[in-house]
Amino acid sequence: MTDSFIIKLTAAEIAARIASGELTAVEVAEAHLARIEAVDEKVHAFLHIDRDGALAQARAVDEKRERGEKLGPLAGVPLALKDIFTTEGIPTTVGSKILEGWIPPYDATLTRRLREADVVILGKTNMDEFAMGSSTENSAYGPTGNPWDLTRIPGGSGGGSSAALASYEAPLAIGTDTGGSIRQPAAVTGTVGVKPTYGAVSRYGMVAFSSSLDQGGPCARTVLDAALLHEVIAGHDPLDSTSIDAPVPPVVEAARNGSVEGMRVGVVKQFRGEGYQAGVVQRFDESVQLLKELGAEIVELDCPSFDLALSAYYLIAPSECSSNLARFDGLRYGLRVGDDGTRSAEDVTSLTREEGFGDEVKRRIMLGTYALSSGYYDAYYGSAQKVRTLITQDFEKAFEQVDVIVSPTTPTTAFPIGERADDPMAMYLADLCTIPTNLAGNAAMSLPCGLAPEDNLPVGLQIIAPAMKDERLYKVGAAVEAAFVARWGHPLLEEAPSL
Amino acid sequence: MPGITREEVAHLARLARLELKAEELDHFAGQLDDIIGAVARVAEVADRDVPPTSHPLPLTNVMRADEVRPSLTPEQALSCAPAQEQQRFKVPQILGED
Repeated sequence: MTDSFIIKLTAAEIAARIASGELTAVEVAEAHLARIEAVDEKVHAFLHIDRDGALAQARAVDEKRERGEKLGPLAGVPLALKDIFTTEGIPTTVGSKILEGWIPPYDATLTRRLREADVVILGKTNMDEFAMGSSTENSAYGPTGNPWDLTRIPGGSGGGSSAALASYEAPLAIGTDTGGSIRQPAAVTGTVGVKPTYGAVSRYGMVAFSSSLDQGGPCARTVLDAALLHEVIAGHDPLDSTSIDAPVPPVVEAARNGSVEGMRVGVVKQFRGEGYQAGVVQRFDESVQLLKELGAEIVELDCPSFDLALSAYYLIAPSECSSNLARFDGLRYGLRVGDDGTRSAEDVTSLTREEGFGDEVKRRIMLGTYALSSGYYDAYYGSAQKVRTLITQDFEKAFEQVDVIVSPTTPTTAFPIGERADDPMAMYLADLCTIPTNLAGNAAMSLPCGLAPEDNLPVGLQIIAPAMKDERLYKVGAAVEAAFVARWGHPLLEEAPSL
Repeated sequence: MPGITREEVAHLARLARLELKAEELDHFAGQLDDIIGAVARVAEVADRDVPPTSHPLPLTNVMRADEVRPSLTPEQALSCAPAQEQQRFKVPQILGED
């Protein structure tokens, strides 16, 4: 089988072919490493490629198979890991200069689960520094290009992970979603991304940005692949006190039995209006029509507090980040600047943070410091937490009436690199539809629903489910995906220009 | 709502341990003011009788048994340190001379 054939296979297909002996894990890893070598200079999805580690892991899978041992559902499948998860022996930078060259002495729980499932980790993917951003332009190591148009952003903060999928550098990837950083890159690259219920995937070893919002999750090119990865990474972890101690919902089974027949699907009034691109709205309306044709009942919903979600998020996330990032003090690991024997630890810390952090990180640290300061605490952070309650209540009321909610994932398609760089508020609008879910802690998915007619760029459909009902995302997602692929005659990604 | 001045940014930067450059103070003062202006709407709900939510999960303290378990070796723990001495993190002076 040729490399160009192998890299277009889905994760499920790769796993099946390795299990049956049609392909070896080493062949699969080599095909993807060759693809990375051929195109990543242009895409810049990866910050670090672990060629030797990937091939060693692949060889181990092949040996296991030769010995007749049982292989896991994703054994030998290559994966691109967001550079926010610690990886023993492999650099972890979180897209920041402050951790340049840092090689963690331990694996994140998610990393460990991937290794134990015999998934082949190809390397670490580019991201907005500390996952703060909606464009992957805030990486200290330069931006990632969107494989559909390399002059445009691949979404953020997990732009590297989604770009790796869309450029066929990897069939699977991992992202983290604090305000939409899995779903938003998925939407603008024509791939699938899932933010599981908060607490479903361990945060141990995942560098913290905003602890009450951060959630790791799967990125893939198909709904079934995302489900297979979801089952590998989810589940209770005693090392994370916010990890849910309950069985993982049956997401793979749901992805294999896609259907919306008889389901009630909510459309929220607040997820449209000003700021939404016409082509995005058009594709979304067609998706709602499709859901009807597939047997769903559409219910109009009013969630008035969603209008305040963006504001609440941009107070809560910076507040938690200003506290979490205090650990980057130049004393125990990472960069240290100005330690000339005369300066105090406090001065060295200030100089290190000035040098090591980029603009967006500094902006949010100061925003958080301001929102938490004594004179303003009640007006800003305290009020934002009340909004969080109202949003959760709006979701609760909505889910009394419907099984899932749908919306566009992002208000616009991928914008040109640099377009919003100096306008933080314009950048923050990219997260308009994804943020309510992070504040409430429930589950959501983005999957491709077509190209916007005006720019021929991918549009994402967001599906939102109640907490711990992640399987509904996959059931609906699989049905929608199958109907769209049948209508288009092929997966959407086939329409992307070749690199 | 108060505007965010350059002096206020300088004060925040000190609290946050960021040695900002002069041009950054001006740059951030304008941007922070814009952002705070845009997000201040949350205060509209402040008067209402709404309980705050700090976390999506009802968290309870999780305790583990107090047992000795394998952990990082001193070499591993110090492997990423910018400076070390006698198996310890070496840090700049914490207390002043006087």
